[in-house]
This record gives sequence, structure tokens and C-alpha cells, in this order.
Amino acid sequence: MRVPRHLRWLLVSLAAVLLGATTWAAAAPVRFDSREELFEIPKGTWARRMAGEKIEILPQEIRLVAGARDILVLRNRDDVPQIFGPALMMPGQTFRLPFERAAEYEFACTAHASGQMTIIVDEPLASPWARLRWRARKALKRLKRLKQQGYVSWRS
Amino acid sequence: MKRTLSLLAGLAALLPVSFAHAGDGDFKTGVFDPPSTAPNFELPGSNGSPVVLSKLRGKVVALAFGFSYCQRVCPVTLANLSQVFKQLGAAATDVQVVFVSVDPDRDTPSRLREFLQFFDPSFLGATGTKAQIDVVRQAYGVFATKAPSEDKKLGYEIHHSSSIFLIDREGKLRLLVPFGTPPQTITHDITLLLKR
Repeated sequence: MRVPRHLRWLLVSLAAVLLGATTWAAAAPVRFDSREELFEIPKGTWARRMAGEKIEILPQEIRLVAGARDILVLRNRDDVPQIFGPALMMPGQTFRLPFERAAEYEFACTAHASGQMTIIVDEPLASPWARLRWRARKALKRLKRLKQQGYVSWRS
Repeated sequence: MKRTLSLLAGLAALLPVSFAHAGDGDFKTGVFDPPSTAPNFELPGSNGSPVVLSKLRGKVVALAFGFSYCQRVCPVTLANLSQVFKQLGAAATDVQVVFVSVDPDRDTPSRLREFLQFFDPSFLGATGTKAQIDVVRQAYGVFATKAPSEDKKLGYEIHHSSSIFLIDREGKLRLLVPFGTPPQTITHDITLLLKR
């Protein structure tokens, strides 16, 4: 079968773009603006929960990167104490938990239906493969968020 | 001369800020900022006297919740704290471990004493009625739920929060140590708290 010339060019261009993007994702160093991954309970959360609204602030799984983004910061901006992850936090209080080693950490968390929260601290993004995987995971996460917001849709 | 003095004065003014910042940054476990007063409690103790948290001011308190029939979590926590005491050496006299039972039906004061002595004779156990324990648990955000045990002889076990709370000499809840934190890290943070 003979592929039309313009289609061939299109396929070659697409392959080149894909190759370029993959090379960039693997080679470009990952830079973080801060070592902290921050989650906040906004003011009024308790009142909204009491009114029957289902609010999920802390994801069940959080991914950090050793040596680069390895400090979990939880902040309670609400007016009442809240159990947030592994800690009971007073109004206005911040809880800062650093992780020294790459590993998977399980925490009891009554805020989740499973009663558990997982923090995965990845190895430093030193190799091209690690950077590629990290960027792919991040892109997938963004896509899922866009799906949740209704901007994109697909069958899972 | 005047310039040197003003430079020194400027540096002196900066010092407390730098130390305060460096001090908090040095902790390796979970830091509460600002720290709040650790909820007080009074419970029957394993030493035959009531354990009153506020009476332990002046010492750093390592507060853990668990139960003596625990087979997986509590022995590890207490063995780690025992190791911490060895690493602290003489400074351990300024630290008090308090182990609050989440199994008041089975953990009597004498049972706790027997259990804790295995790790360190200075460790203090606290128990009470279910209602008393529930109040303390809730004040610290500690969960505890009964579940059938794999070991039929035990009947049940209790799934519970496994972090250690570190309370400073002034009775402020400063740090939360997640389960599995190496003893060296705990020793490091307790040493910092002792210096404050």
C-alpha cells in the first residue's frame, strides 16, 4: 500500500515531535520552586462538611522526590481543629514533615474512607529514565484532573 | 570604631532570628508550628501513682499510644525508644516515656509495668476506663479500633495510630514522630528539644 506523500510527512513530523518531547523529558533537569509540597484546609471547610458537602483535600497518595521535593506541609486555615493526614492540627497551625529516604510511607488517616494515606518518596531524579517516568506521571495526573473538571473525557 | 560597633549591633540583632530559624529547620521529624499546649491528662499509672502530664514539665516527654498485647507495632516503637535512651546516655534522665494504653480492658497498671519493664524500667504506663482513655485519645487525634486477631488466643487486637508525640519541657506539643523513624533520628530531635 502506498502512503500519500503529505500523510507520510505528517507521520514523520509527528514522530519527530514525539521523539523531541521524549528526549527533552528525559534530558532536561527537573527544577522545583521549593522542597515543600503544601496542602491547606481552607477556612470554612468544617462548616461545609457539616452542611453535607463532600470535600477531599488530601489525596490518598502523595508523591514526593527525595532531595528535591521531600517536605510535606499541611496547614489548617479553618477555625476548628482538624485531623489532617497523620496529625491533629489546631486552627492556624502548620505541620511540616521532612522525608530523608526514598520509600513508601503508610499513615493512618481518618480523613480517608480507607483509613490510610500513602506517601511515596521517589529516588532523586538523577537518571533520564527517572525524569521521563516522573514527567509522564505528572502529565497523566494533570490529564486526570482535567477529566475530573470535565475539560476532557475518555473511557477508562 | 563607630562603624564596627554598629555592624556588631546589627549582627547581634540578627542572631536570635538566625538561631530560631536554624533550630526549627534542624528537626528531622514532623514539626507543629506554632506548637500548642499538649492536652493534659491524669490516668492511673503503672508505677502505682497517677500519671499527670502537666507534672512532667521540665522533662521532654515521648508520648506513645498502644497496648501490651500488640505484636507488630508497639514492641518496635518501645524498642526504638529504648535504643534512644541508650544513645542519649545521661541526658535520658531528662526524658520521660509515657505509654498510654488503648486497650483498657486488658491493660491493668500491673500488666503495663510488667510489659514496659522489658524495654526500660523508667518507661511509664498509663491506663484507665474506656471513657478516660477515649478523652485522651481524641485530644491527641489518636484512633483505635478493635479487630479480630489472627492469633485466636488473643481474641482481638487493636488497630491504632502509631506515631510518637514529643512534648517539650514547657509542655508544648512540638513534634510528631512517624512509626518506623530510626532511633538516631529520634535521638537527634530529642537532643534538640533538651537544649531549648
